[in-house]
Amino acid sequence: MTSITVDPVACAAYGYCAELLPELVTLDEWGYPVVDGAPVAPTLVALARRAAIACPRRAFLVDESPDQAGRGRARSPAGR
Amino acid sequence: MSSPLLWYATRATGIVALVLLTATTVLGILTANRVATRSWPGFAQQDLHRRVSMTAMVFLAAHVVTAVMDTFVHIGWAAVVVPFASSYKRFWVAVGAVGLDLLLAVFVTSIVRHRVPARLWRAVHWLAYGSWPVALAHAFGMGTDMGTSWVMYLSVGCIVAVLGAATWRLALDRSRRQRTLAYPSVRNRPEGIPVKHLSA
Amino acid sequence: MPPSPATLTADPVTTALAPGHDRPGAGATLLGAHHAGYGADLAGHLAYHGQLPLPRAGDTGWPERLAECVEASGLTGRGGAGFPSSTKLRSVGVAGGTLVVNAMEGEPASTKDKALLSCAPHLVLDGAQLTASAMSAARIVVCVADDDHHSARMISYAMAERSGTAASPVATTVARPPAAYVAGEESALVSWLDGGPGVPTFRPVKGMPLSARRRRALVHNAETLAHVALIARHGPGTFRSTGSADAPGTTLVTITGGVARPGVYEIPLGARLEHVIARARPTDAVQAVLTGGFGGSWLPAAALGTPYAPKPMAAAGGVLGAGVLVVLPRNACGITETARVAHYMAGQSAGQCGPCVFGLPALARDLSDVADGTADGTTLRRLDERLTAVSGRGACRHPDGVARMVHSALTVFAGDVATHVRGTPCAHRARPSMLPPQTACRRGPA
Repeated sequence: MTSITVDPVACAAYGYCAELLPELVTLDEWGYPVVDGAPVAPTLVALARRAAIACPRRAFLVDESPDQAGRGRARSPAGR
Repeated sequence: MSSPLLWYATRATGIVALVLLTATTVLGILTANRVATRSWPGFAQQDLHRRVSMTAMVFLAAHVVTAVMDTFVHIGWAAVVVPFASSYKRFWVAVGAVGLDLLLAVFVTSIVRHRVPARLWRAVHWLAYGSWPVALAHAFGMGTDMGTSWVMYLSVGCIVAVLGAATWRLALDRSRRQRTLAYPSVRNRPEGIPVKHLSA
Repeated sequence: MPPSPATLTADPVTTALAPGHDRPGAGATLLGAHHAGYGADLAGHLAYHGQLPLPRAGDTGWPERLAECVEASGLTGRGGAGFPSSTKLRSVGVAGGTLVVNAMEGEPASTKDKALLSCAPHLVLDGAQLTASAMSAARIVVCVADDDHHSARMISYAMAERSGTAASPVATTVARPPAAYVAGEESALVSWLDGGPGVPTFRPVKGMPLSARRRRALVHNAETLAHVALIARHGPGTFRSTGSADAPGTTLVTITGGVARPGVYEIPLGARLEHVIARARPTDAVQAVLTGGFGGSWLPAAALGTPYAPKPMAAAGGVLGAGVLVVLPRNACGITETARVAHYMAGQSAGQCGPCVFGLPALARDLSDVADGTADGTTLRRLDERLTAVSGRGACRHPDGVARMVHSALTVFAGDVATHVRGTPCAHRARPSMLPPQTACRRGPA
C-alpha cells in the first residue's frame, strides 16, 4: 500500500507535487500542499515517485513499504 | 591529428555550449523565481532547466575533446581540468578549465541530488553562478571568433539575458521578503521565502 | 494577573470538594507538605514524606514492580497528553539514555510547574530518580525555561542538597532552554538538548523515539514524576483514594482570570468544574472558562457541572491540558480575549510550517475583525475554512490547539459573534484582559 506524506518543515511551497499529482494534492491559499493520506492508486504511483524526486526540498515523501499494522515509515526519495 | 574540421568543431561547439549554458542559467533563475502558470508549471521549468544543462554538457564535452584531439596546438588532457597546464594560451585555457571544474561539480552533485545532503547540493549549485561568467571570460579571452559581429552580438545577448533574469530575481526576492517579514514568526529559512503567492 | 508561586492559596487541599471523596491520606498529595508547613528543603521533605524507596543493587525485579504499582494507580501524564504513565515507564531502549524532566511551562496562564518546583522540588527529583532507575537511564536533565530563574534556583538548590547522597543515584543536571510556547514540546526540547534549535521536529511515525546525543531520550512532565514519587511511597491505593474511579488521584490546576484568589490548586480529579473554580472565588457570574491552555477550549457556564476529568471534560468539549482554567466573568468579551490569544499564539509559531506561519495570523486578524464589528458573513466562512486548513498539517500540534480554541470560542460565544458580525463592536472590548500580560495589546502581526 503506497501512501504519501508531506514533511511540513521541509516544504517551501514550490507546488511541483500539486502540478504533477492534481488528483491527490491540492494547494491551500498559501501555496502549501494538502494531502489526505489515502492510499495511492497503482496507476498514480509512478507520478508520485516523480513528484518526490522533483520536489526541491525533498518534502514529498512516498512510502511504498508493505503495510505493517497500519503504520508505514515515510522515506525520502532516495530511500534513506 | 590536425585538421581544420577539428578546429571548427571546437569553436562551434564552444559557442553552442556558451549559448546553452546561458540558457541553462536563465532557466535556472526563472525556476528559482517560482513564477509558474498552467502552461509553464514549475516542475516543467525545472525539467527544462535540467535537460538544457545536459545538452550543454554534451556540447561542452565535444568542445573539450576536439580541442585536445587537435594537435595543431598542444592542449593536453590535463589542461582540461588543471588550470595552467596548457602551453597554448595558458591563461585563457586555464579559465576554461576552472569553468569546467565548477560545472563538473554541479553536474555530479545534481546527478545524485537526493543522495547528498541538501546543504551540500545547494552550496555546489551556487558555484554554477560562478561558472557562467568564467565561461564567458574564457570565450572572450580565447578570442578566436570574437571578431565576427554575429558572435559578438550573440555574446552580448547572453550577457543581457542573464543580467535581466538576475535583476528580475533580485526584485522578486526583495518584495517577497518584505511581505513575509510582516508575519510574526518567519525565521531564517534557507531561501528566505516560504511561499510563492501571498494572500491577505 | 498570573500569580507568583508565593501566593498559593492557604486552603488545605484536604477539603472535600464533592460527596463521596475521602480525605487523602497524610503525605499523599503534592502540596500537602507545603500546606502543613513543612519546608521545601530536603530535611522538611524527608520529615513529611519519609525515605525514598530506591531499589537495592541487583534487584532486577524492581523496575517491573514499580511499573505495576504505577499501572495499578491509574496515573496518566499530567503534561497534557494524558498518556498512561506505566506504559512510558516500561519503555525499552532507554538504557544509558536520558530522562528529560519537562518543567518548561510554556503556557503563559499556567504556573503549576513553578509552584511544584517551589514547594516540592524534592518530590519531582524523587520521581525522576525512581523513573530513571527503572529505565536504567544514565542521566536526568531537568528543563526549566531560561526566564524562570526562581524555579531554576529552587531545583538547583534541591539537587545540591541531594548530590552525593543515596537519594541521587542518577546524575542530574539542569538545562535552561529558551522560553517559548513551543519550546516545551517533546521533540523541540530534545532537539534543543541535542544542540539543535529548540523547535519541534517532523515525526512521520508518531511513536518514533526521540534521541539526544545518540541515545534515547524520554520526556516526562514534572508533575507526573512527582506523582510517581508519591505512589512509590504510599502505594496505588492511596493514590486511588482521591479522584474518581476512571480518573484517580489529584492534579494541579492554575485558576486565573476573573477570580479573587488566582493561583495553583491541587484538586481531586472528578470534582465538578464549578467547585474547582469556586476555590478561587470568582468575582462575578462566570460567563465561560478557557480550559487546558491557550491551545485548549472554552466551556460555557452551562457546562460548569462537568466533572474535571479527561473523559467527561472531553465529552463536554473541554480539555484538561496543562491544567489551566481562565475564568471569564460576565461583563467581558470572549471574542476579544480569544483574538488576543490567537495573536499571541501566531507569534509563538516556530516558523517552520506554512499553514501555521500564515494560517494563525490570518485567523487572529479575522477574529479581531469580528470583535471590532468590522467582519461580515464571508469572514465567518473564511474562519471556518481556515480552521480546517491549519489543523493536522504541521510538525506539531500548535496550530491544531489554536484551531480547537477558536472553534470552541465561535461556538460558546456564538451570540456575541452574531451581534458583532451585524456591525456592533463589543462593548466590553476595552476592559482589561483576563489573560496573562504576554497577550495584552496584540493586534496585528508584530
